[in-house]
Amino acid sequence: MASVSDNVMKFFRNSSNQNVGSAVPQRLTRRSSGMGEISRLLNSEEALCVLDMGSTSASNIRFFTGKGHKIYSEDLLWSSLDPALRIQDNAGNPVLDSKKFLDENLVYPNARFDIVLCWNMPDYMEESLVKPTIDRLWSLMKPGGLLLAFFHTRDAGPDSICYRYHVTATDVLEMQEVKFAAPGRPATDKQSPRLQRVFNNRHIENLFRDFASIKFFLARDAIREVLVVR
Amino acid sequence: MDSPQTGEFAHIGKSVVIKGELSGSEDLYVDGNIEGNIELRNHSLTVGPNGTVKANVSAKAVVIQGKLDGAVTASDRVELRKSAAVTGDVTTQRIAIEEGAFLKGKVDIQKEAGKAAAPASS
Repeated sequence: MASVSDNVMKFFRNSSNQNVGSAVPQRLTRRSSGMGEISRLLNSEEALCVLDMGSTSASNIRFFTGKGHKIYSEDLLWSSLDPALRIQDNAGNPVLDSKKFLDENLVYPNARFDIVLCWNMPDYMEESLVKPTIDRLWSLMKPGGLLLAFFHTRDAGPDSICYRYHVTATDVLEMQEVKFAAPGRPATDKQSPRLQRVFNNRHIENLFRDFASIKFFLARDAIREVLVVR
Repeated sequence: MDSPQTGEFAHIGKSVVIKGELSGSEDLYVDGNIEGNIELRNHSLTVGPNGTVKANVSAKAVVIQGKLDGAVTASDRVELRKSAAVTGDVTTQRIAIEEGAFLKGKVDIQKEAGKAAAPASS
């Protein structure tokens, strides 16, 4: 039987633990049509409630608080790697406990969000958690609220780098490779999450079927941006 | 911030466990385990790299290198160092977050009377 550590390691790429202890990874940039639309909302409204589901980003917190918006930060991809979530189903197969996951994450009894930034989280998260997470987000958003997510197209290889995204004052996003120390591994042994699957358009539409509308932007870098209205 | 001189701070070492209310009128460095509430009003709290705090915290300045679960209210500033792991809402005038720090919660920047808000820095 595979150990907990083995089960966790399937979420990480094999070849990315080089440069451990090196300086902060370099940031690349990409233009984002979805972020452009969200920027227009950010610039036209005051005191919006924003949920950033990427790794903690000082620059995102600075950006949103500087504009007078409320920012909530929650790194769901990291939280999904908690070994305590790993249980066995009736057949003895390892599965993730989605109920426990949602009992411990995305719990905001006093907040309703105008903007949710999912980034590329659904592509790197265990599949059994994705739909329950999107359903929870629906319940946490205000009607008319916007959700931005990035999905890889089939042209992306399995070793596509997992990026975190830092917003700027324009539609350009800064991208920085995500590296985690897997649970049970030394803090210095950081690895990059592995792309878990590629959702096609129909899967994406099913994920967001409870939302009011969905808009796709196909980018050149094998990313399909999805902007969803609650 | 490295471990401070003990003469400058009240120091709770890493083998110390405290459960209950903790208040004081001097700066506090916590490298141990505290569960309860911490109120330092006009002084600073530093949670060292070995510190584990499960408490709502109110202080002038809060510097976190270790783990903190609870709401943080700082009348001046909050600093999350690269080893920090904070779960809870942060309310302050200024916040600085180092690369690698983990935050799960809301950041609310309170404007100082008569001044514009000073947003987060990295």
